[in-house]
Parts: sequence; C-alpha cells; structure tokens
Amino acid sequence: MTEPVAEGNRRLTVFLVDDHAMFRAGVRAELGAHVEVVGEASSVAEAIARIAATAPDVVLLDVHMPDGGGRAVLDAMRRTHPQVKFLALSVSDAAEDVIGLIRAGARGYVTKTISPDELAAAIRRVADGDAVFSPRLAGFVLDAFASRPDVPVADPELDQLTNREREVLRLLARGYAYKEIAKELFISIKTVETHVSNVLRKLQMSNRYELSRWAADRRLV
Amino acid sequence: MAVRIALVVLLGFNGLGLLLYSVFWAVVPQQVPTGAAKPRRDLSLLLPFGAIGLGVVLLQGLLFGDNGVASTVGWLIAVTAVGAGVIWHQSDPTRRGHWADNPSQTPWLAAVVAESDRRSFIFRFIGGGVLVAVGVIGVLAVYAPADSLTSVVNGVIFALVGLLGVGVVVAPLLWRTFSQLRSEREGRIREQERAEVAAMIHDQVLHTLALIQRNSTDIKEVQRLARGQERSLRNWLYKPTASPTERFAAALEQAAAEVEDTYAISVETVVVGDTQCDERVAALVAAARESLVNAARHAGVQTVSLYAEVETDELSVFVRDRGAGFDVEKVEDTRHGVRGSIIGRMQRHGGKAEIRSAPGDGTEVRLTLPASRESVTAGKETAR
Repeated sequence: MTEPVAEGNRRLTVFLVDDHAMFRAGVRAELGAHVEVVGEASSVAEAIARIAATAPDVVLLDVHMPDGGGRAVLDAMRRTHPQVKFLALSVSDAAEDVIGLIRAGARGYVTKTISPDELAAAIRRVADGDAVFSPRLAGFVLDAFASRPDVPVADPELDQLTNREREVLRLLARGYAYKEIAKELFISIKTVETHVSNVLRKLQMSNRYELSRWAADRRLV
Repeated sequence: MAVRIALVVLLGFNGLGLLLYSVFWAVVPQQVPTGAAKPRRDLSLLLPFGAIGLGVVLLQGLLFGDNGVASTVGWLIAVTAVGAGVIWHQSDPTRRGHWADNPSQTPWLAAVVAESDRRSFIFRFIGGGVLVAVGVIGVLAVYAPADSLTSVVNGVIFALVGLLGVGVVVAPLLWRTFSQLRSEREGRIREQERAEVAAMIHDQVLHTLALIQRNSTDIKEVQRLARGQERSLRNWLYKPTASPTERFAAALEQAAAEVEDTYAISVETVVVGDTQCDERVAALVAAARESLVNAARHAGVQTVSLYAEVETDELSVFVRDRGAGFDVEKVEDTRHGVRGSIIGRMQRHGGKAEIRSAPGDGTEVRLTLPASRESVTAGKETAR
C-alpha cells in the first residue's frame, strides 16, 4: 500500500473528529509524517464549526459520537462544503453503520485497526476524489448488490454492478491492495480506482431494497 | 379475646354477634397466634368499629325504644359500618407501615391493589361490598311497604347505582395506582438488564483486563487477549447468534476465531451470503481452517485475510496472507497438512483447492465447492 506519492508540493490537510481524545492523539502522532493535521473536534457541534473554519482537504470522521455521530456532521457539512472529503473511521463493522455513512456522503470507510501507512494512503486516495473500501465494506456491497432473482431492478444502471466491478470488489474483500488488484486483472491502478468510485456512486444513489433498508434503519436509531 | 367477649355480648341483640363473628371469620386473614403482639394489635384495631356499630345500636334503642323498624335500620347501619371497618383494618400492620412509606398519593389504594395478595383483595372487596349492599338494600326494604317486590328491586337498583358512583370515584385512583405498579415493574426489568450487562462485563471484560495487566510484558499474549475480547464483545453487540454447526458463515467465523486465539494473529473475515451447513460444507470449513493455520504458522505475518462467498452454483473460500510464501513445486509433496487436509479433503468432497504462492510474495489458498451434490463433477486435478 505504499505507492509513490507526489511529495514536495502542498501537504494534505486533515481534520480529526472523534470523541476519544486518546484516539485523536494516537492518529495525530501516526499521521504526522504523512499529512498535516490542522484541527480536532470531539463533538458534532464543535466539528461543524471548526471544519467550516479550517476547510481541510479530508476529515477523518468517527461514526459513533453523542448527538447523532458522524452522520450528523456529514448532513450538516455536505451541502455547504462539498469540496471537503470525508473518510469514515470506526470500530464498528455493522453493516448499517457502514452503509449509512457512505450514503450520507462519506468517500470511504476504514476500521480503526488500520495501519498508519494504509490510513495515510486511504486519506490520499480520498483527497484525490477516489473511494476507499475496507474488505468488510466490499463484502457488504457484494452482499447488498447480490443478483437475487426475487429482487426487482428499478434502474439497471444504478442497481446492478458490472462484472468488472464485482471482480474488483471481490479482490478488495480478499485483502488485495489496489496495486495487486491491478496486477491480477491486468488493468491500471487508475482503472481500479475508477471502478471503485463507480461502485461508491451506485452505493450512494441506488434505491435497492437492501440499501434503503439499511439507510432507514440507521436513521431510526 | 376482648373482641370475642364483645361478640358474645352482642349475641344478645338478635343474633348480631353471631353474624359479626362469621363475618370476622371470613374476612380477617387467618393468623397463627405465635407472636402474641401482632394478631392482638390487629384485632384490637377493629374494636372502635365494633364500638361504633354497638353505639349506633344502643343509640337507636335509647331514642326510639324497641319499635321494630327503626331498630332494624340501626342494626343494618351497624352491619354496614362494621363491614367497612373490616375491609380497611384487617390487613396486617407491617404492610400498612409499608404503605405509609410509599410515596404514593393513595396509600390505601396501594393496599387494595397490592399484587402480592390479590386473592385476599378480591375476597375483602366482595365481602365488604356484600355487607354494604345488604345494609343499603335492607334499609330500603324496611322503609318500603312490606311484601312489595318492586321496592326490593328498587333497592337493588339504588344499591347498584351507589356502587357505580363509588366505582366512578375510585376508578381513576385505581388506574393511577396500577400504572404506578406498571412503571415499577418496567424499572425492575431495566434493572435486570443492567445486571445482565454488568455480569457480562464482570465475567469477560474485567477478567481480560486483569489478564492483560498481568501479562503486560508479553505483547503477543496481550494482543491475543485483546483480540479475543474484542471478538466476543462484537458478537455480543452486533450479531444474531447463529449456530456454527448449522450455518456456513458462523462456522467459518468460529474457525477464524479459534485460529486467532491459538496463534495470536488477526484474521480479517469477510463472508458474503450464507447457507446451510452439511457434511461437504463442513469439509470446506475444515480445509479453510487448515489454510488459516498454515498461514498463521508459516507466513510470519500478523494479519490473514479470509474471504468466503456463497453463490448459487458454488461456494468459494480464499485465504490470503502477505507473508513469507513458499515455492509450491518444491514443498508441497512433503507437507502433509497441505496435501491431505486441504487438497485431498476438497477433492474427496467434489471441490478443488488451488494454492498460489511464491517466496516473499505471500500465499493464497483458493477453495471452491460446487453448491449441490448433483453438480459434483470429478475433482479436477489442480494442484500439480
């Protein structure tokens, strides 16, 4: 997961939102070498105010916080600050948490056990406008878009994955890095990124029953 | 004792004592007279009511002489008064003390609806109600022209109307008390849930934390403990528990958990879809487990990926590590684990196993199993 990055020009600015001070300190220390951490917030209200003030490239967003969690921050910021990219970071692997955040506009989802190097790579990828899927998220998406005969397809463009997208997701779920996926499928890394971004778009826009249900569950909680 | 004497005295008045005694016998709860104080106190509290009844009777006699109708009315009023007294006072004093402590606005109602003795409540209520009704009907019947059936019917109707009025007055209080009881019960259920969580934390989390502190110098052991605890908490929080002997996904997750615990590595498990477990699926799980064990023992890495997918026509499992890797051509014949437990097992059950590895480039084991028995084809030779 250590591909060459255009160092030298401007360092990426990152903002941390997490209600655990210890976790913020840990991430700040780990990321210090890769990116510039420009701010932290420990609550939803604080995050909304300070993200607007600092305008970072990427926000690392905790899913579970008091007062609505990461979702509340996303809902408040998405319309006013579309240029800010959000990467969800959580200990939770529950499907409804993951899908809920992605559908609210996060560009990716990684678990808190991710290694510092991988986290830095994920931040870079999100800042470039691409998507970041953890293996587990890839598994959820495959599950949600599984071609079941009883599921009606309203919009084939949004409600189904192409075979290539499915292959990419499978490899992601198997623990392959983008570079390894590219090698395995004889395509370029850029193409892999395009596929994953398309999957993200479908995940956000599709009205497939499973996705709608997950999103609805999330809003109810 | 004093009560019985009083009743014997009352016996003189048209057998009223007998009637009262039977009422007492029916309504006052039977108390074994072991501690002399309690029953004495209880019964003595009834004395004022008896005295009121007696007073009414005597007053009646003094004022109107022994002329039939008026004295009968006096008797009936006395019966009503004593009945009401019995209803109120026959419960034991400790419980009444409890009602007094109760912050309820209507402690006396709490006594009536107390859950613990609903039967005696009904008994009391009916007994008292009968006494009151008898009194009221009696008064009406006595004052009405004799031998008139309609007057008795009217009396009954009036008595019912009276009871209905009492019911209307009492109903809101009763309802409030019942709802208080209900909220109390809900509180109890919450408390029980909290106790369950506390027990889980105590049995698992605190125990693990203690072990971590004791083994704080052994990083591998600490990681193993933390991982095991994390897994069990996750299961507790998120997963509907499925039996590993019945469901494919649960079986795989259990196998991964066992390997995590035994070899202190982390297995990143992703399962898409699920299916029933049968003998062949169990063999697939066993082969996957063996692959995980191999990765844990030989790859020399902390993380192994496990991915499984259930499709309509086949089940597939991928076990991948980014570890040392090995030369498949050279090593395979000498490694019994790979040949027997993975490749051989898959072939016996109509599936196939494929191993891709190169020194320094990690290893991936791919296991596939056709979904149904009908589609089982002769095991293809894949591992050369």
